[in-house]
Amino acid sequence: MSAVFKREFRAFFTSPLGYVVLAALGFFAGLFFYLINIVGFSSDLSYVFSNMFAFILIVLPLVTMRLFSEEKRQKTDQALLTSPVSLTGIVLGKYFAALLVYALSLLEMIVFAMIVAFQVTPDWTVFLGNCIGILLIGGFIISIGLLISSLTESQLIAAIGTLGISFMLLLMDSVAYQFSRIKVLTTVINFLSVSQRYSSFTSGVIAYDDIIYFVSMQALMLFLTVRVLDRKRWG
Amino acid sequence: MIEVQNLTKRYGNHVAVDNISFKVNEGEILGFLGPNGAGKTTTMNILTGYLSASSGIAKINDIDVLEQPSLAKMNIGYMPEQPPLYLDMTVREYLDFMYDLKKCKLPRREHIAEICKLVKIENVYGRLIKNLSKGYRQRVGLAQALIGKPPVLILDEPTVGLDPKQILEIRALIKSLGKQHTVILSSHILQEIEAVCDRIIIINKGVLVADGKTSELAVKHSADRRLIVRVAGGHDEVINLLKRIPGVDKVTSHGEKEPGVYEFAIEPSHGCDVRRDVSTRIAARNWPIMEMKSMEMTLEEVFIALTRERLDTVRAKKGVH
Repeated sequence: MSAVFKREFRAFFTSPLGYVVLAALGFFAGLFFYLINIVGFSSDLSYVFSNMFAFILIVLPLVTMRLFSEEKRQKTDQALLTSPVSLTGIVLGKYFAALLVYALSLLEMIVFAMIVAFQVTPDWTVFLGNCIGILLIGGFIISIGLLISSLTESQLIAAIGTLGISFMLLLMDSVAYQFSRIKVLTTVINFLSVSQRYSSFTSGVIAYDDIIYFVSMQALMLFLTVRVLDRKRWG
Repeated sequence: MIEVQNLTKRYGNHVAVDNISFKVNEGEILGFLGPNGAGKTTTMNILTGYLSASSGIAKINDIDVLEQPSLAKMNIGYMPEQPPLYLDMTVREYLDFMYDLKKCKLPRREHIAEICKLVKIENVYGRLIKNLSKGYRQRVGLAQALIGKPPVLILDEPTVGLDPKQILEIRALIKSLGKQHTVILSSHILQEIEAVCDRIIIINKGVLVADGKTSELAVKHSADRRLIVRVAGGHDEVINLLKRIPGVDKVTSHGEKEPGVYEFAIEPSHGCDVRRDVSTRIAARNWPIMEMKSMEMTLEEVFIALTRERLDTVRAKKGVH
C-alpha cells in the first residue's frame, strides 16, 4: 500500500495538477476569508467553510479522475495487478494519496483561525466541527471519484460522473421534498442525506452517527472499487 | 516450475484459450508461438494473475495463482506486451517504485544497479521515461520484470518494435537470463523462438497444436522447402521438363517476370532435395537459370504443416469442424 501511496502522492506534484488544486482552493478560501471575516468583521469561520464547499465539489472530481482511468489507458495497471500487493492495498494507497492532497489544501484554514484568534477567541468547537465535516465529506467525494474512475478509461467521463453523483447526493433533500407524501421514502432519504449531516458539523455538533455515516459510506465506496477491479479479471 | 492444466478462458461465446495444458521445467526457456490473437497474451495474463481463468489450474512453483495470488506473484517477473511504464517518472524513480511494489528484500541500490547494468540502461537512469525511445522503454520494462530476482520470467513479445541490433541484444540477454530463471517468451516470429528457446509451444485459435523441443520442430519444417526458379526459356517446355523430374510434386507458374524470363515455384515431395536435378536438366537444354532460391516456409505454412493433423484430431475429438 505504501508504495502505491507514495507514487500517487508524488504524481500529483510531478504534474501541475496538485499545485493547481492547492492554488485554486487556497485562493478561494483566502478570498472568502477576506470578504467575510476581515471586511465583514466576523470571527465566525463557518461561512468560509460553507462557501468553500461548492469549490470542493468541483475540484475534487479533478483530483480523482485520473486515479484508475489513467492506469488502465497507459496499461500500467498490469504492473499493479501482477504485483504482490492486494487490491485493497492498491485502492487504499490511492485513496489516502488523494485525501492527503485534499487535506493539505485545507491547512490554510488553520492559519485563518489563528489570525482570528489574535483578535478574539474563536469558537474552537465550531471550527473543529467544520474541519472534521469538510474532511469527511471531501473523503466521501474522493471515494466516489475513485469508484467512478475504476469504471472508465476516460478521465473526462470519470470527472463528470463524479461531479454529477456528488451533486445528486447533495440535492437529495430537495428530491425528498418532492416526495414528501410518501413517508417511507422521506425517512430513507433523510437518513442518507449528506447535506443535513454536513450542516450539523458546520454548527459545531460532532455526532457519532454522522461520523459513522461518512466513514461507512467511504468504506462502502472503496469496497465497491475493489470489487470492480476484481471483477475485471473475470471479464 | 510452471504447471498449466486444462486452462480455458471464455469471453461470452468466444473461447480465447481452449483447454491448454503444459509444464515448464526449471531453467527452461519456453517459446510461445502463434499468430496474433492466438491466445498467447491471454495465457500469460492468467499465469501472472492479471486475468482469471474460466476453468483450469495454473501453478507457479506449486503455488496456485488463483488461490494464493500474492505468494504466486512474488515468484513472477512479468513484462507485458506494452511495458507498464509511468511516463512522468524517471527511470530511477520508476525502478524504485517497482522495487517497493514487489516488496523486494534485496539490497536496493546494488540490486537496481546490477539490473540496469544487465539491460544497459545506466546511461538513461536519470531521464524521464516519457523522453526515452521505444528500445529503451522496452529495456526499462524488462528491468522492472527482473526486480527481486523472480524464479519465473514471463515476457510477452519482448522484441516488438526494436531495431535489428537491439533485437539481437535482447535475444542474447534473454538467453543468458535462462541460466538463472525459468522463462516463458511469446512471439509470432518463428526465427526468434528458434534462436532463443529450448522448447516451443505452438497455439492457434486458443488450441495448443504442438509442443516439442526446438530442434525437433525445426527439422520437421525445414525439410519441405519450396524452390523458386527463373528460367529464360519457353514457358510450357520448362513446365513440362520440371514436372518430369523425380521428386517434384507440383509446379506452379508465376508468369513472365522479365522479358522472356518465367518464374516457377517447385514443391518437392516430402524430404526430397531436387535442386541438383533442376539445375542440371535445365542447363542441359541450354536455358539460362536467371535465379534460383529456396523459400523458407512462412509461419502460416509451418502451422499448416505442423498443426493441421493435430488441430484435426483435437477438433475430431470434440466433434466440430
